[in-house]
Amino acid sequence: MTVPALAQRRAAEAAPSASRRPWRDDLVGWAFAAPFVILFGVFLAFPILASFLLSFTSFGLRDIANPVGTSVIGLKNYVDLLADPKFWKALFNTFYFVVVGVPVTLVIGLLIATALSRGVTRFRTAFRVGYYLPVITSIVAIAVVWRFLLNPDSGLINMLLGGLGIKGPAWLADPVFAMPSIIAMAVWRNLGFAMVVFLAGLQTIPSSLYESASIDGAGRWQAFRYVTIPMLRPTILFMTVITTIGYLQLFEEPFVMTLGGPLDSTLSITMYMYQQGFTFFHQGYASAIAYVLFVIVALIAFLQFKFLRSDE
Amino acid sequence: MTAIPARAPADVSAAAAPGSGRTAGNRWVYLLLVGGLVFMVGPFLWMLLGSIKPQADFLTTPTILPSVPTTDNYQRLFQQLDFPRFFFNSSVIALAVTVGNLVFCPMLGYALAKLRWHGKRVIMGLVLATLMVPAGITLIPNFILMSKLGFVNTYPGLILPFLAGPFGVFLMRQFMFGVPNELLEAARMDGANEFRVFWSIVVPIASPVLATLGILTFLGNWNSFLYPLVMAQEPQMYTLPVALATFATGQYQADNGMLMAGSVVLVVPVLIVFVLFQRWITEGIATTGLKG
Repeated sequence: MTVPALAQRRAAEAAPSASRRPWRDDLVGWAFAAPFVILFGVFLAFPILASFLLSFTSFGLRDIANPVGTSVIGLKNYVDLLADPKFWKALFNTFYFVVVGVPVTLVIGLLIATALSRGVTRFRTAFRVGYYLPVITSIVAIAVVWRFLLNPDSGLINMLLGGLGIKGPAWLADPVFAMPSIIAMAVWRNLGFAMVVFLAGLQTIPSSLYESASIDGAGRWQAFRYVTIPMLRPTILFMTVITTIGYLQLFEEPFVMTLGGPLDSTLSITMYMYQQGFTFFHQGYASAIAYVLFVIVALIAFLQFKFLRSDE
Repeated sequence: MTAIPARAPADVSAAAAPGSGRTAGNRWVYLLLVGGLVFMVGPFLWMLLGSIKPQADFLTTPTILPSVPTTDNYQRLFQQLDFPRFFFNSSVIALAVTVGNLVFCPMLGYALAKLRWHGKRVIMGLVLATLMVPAGITLIPNFILMSKLGFVNTYPGLILPFLAGPFGVFLMRQFMFGVPNELLEAARMDGANEFRVFWSIVVPIASPVLATLGILTFLGNWNSFLYPLVMAQEPQMYTLPVALATFATGQYQADNGMLMAGSVVLVVPVLIVFVLFQRWITEGIATTGLKG
């Protein structure tokens, strides 16, 4: 929260209301809120709670007729998870995806944003649109196309490598290369999003800072290192969190490209939750998986909140 | 949430950037950017070209251009498979969800930013707290709920949970803070009730933000996958992403041409919306730091 925004909010809240009858204010306020709050309550807030409760039951297909009649099994789902090698594999794969994917996405996004905001004046819109294009397209469509691009025999990538005299690997069919391939595709798809947010952040850096840096004899790299990076710190932190939370939910890419294989090398947490919940109908167990992911995401959001607070 | 400070006008940095005189360095930057652009756009071109290649082209050594351009893949998509139906489903669901968000989110955003009522802080906290909740968490309870309501494989089942998204409330609330109170007070003095103030003063001012919200909601929903995958189990209720993924992982998985054509059908409407409205989309995302 920036300082002006806070002041603005305080001013808005302190503004005198037209009515002197508080119950009437409440009525109007709730009338505006009600449609959203009802839908939100039924389909978002309640399911979040329900999912927590489900994670302590053995809910399965036969319980759908009478959800309340399912048997409560306490912490058994969580205990089973700890001993489930597939879950650990999924956890490991998801973190592999995040730990490699997030920094690469952000670094490339930041470099492009910096290039576009300083010096490059011609074709800026074309670059912006081009780099942003994959962000708004369906991951399913992209995954289908990339699957063909990465095809070892008929794909463009191995064809180009072949032209250089390199025999490309089997990419998605190879347990070693499958996850890096998916990471490459995710970076390709999301770097435009990082670029747009960084571009917005870069525009708030006063150009006088760059001028004084240049007077002090700073080169391009030094200006980037000692002006851009420190000034962008809040944006970088924010993007790290947003991208991490998004990447933790990896699902479409392995679903379309590898179905979690080969040898579970691309099985993600959400993918495993989907398999447990909707292939095997172990919905209590799947809820426990979903909740573990939820706790990880909440923890990261909380840490961000703390970091950003200490910044001000 | 508001780590991104409000956005400055889009093109100031170009003029403000020093160092634009370093042309030798710039040439390298342009070269790299253009190279990157080829890499970004390449897969889309490969998709377009692939969608007009005849079957035979995929059996021989891969080529970039089709030997004979053909519409055969599209014909099979629309005649053998029910793609017109999937296209219709995706459109109906994305449009309904967009309309819902355009109605409900500004209303709550206005009440949160400009009205005083009991319970406001609780609602605001709840909405903001769910902004980052992973989609998977609500999936199973919603599936059970929809099963009980008999809404699995129906439009309501695919639409209802998304009519009121926290993202829209966040976006609208941020915007509503900027609406001058004097304007609202003046209307109230003239005897307008809150609904009239909202409808004839606030909504017209908010129309650019509403456009951003509408576009982002539409795109987000058009591309949505996990939830429709679970909720649309009968082929006649498939959305385009569900249909494409199902065929790509099922019996048509080796049918390059048809799957590329399916991807084109899924991607092209989005590209058209994007090219027409790109400024609104990128600025909306830059202001909020969130996707739809």
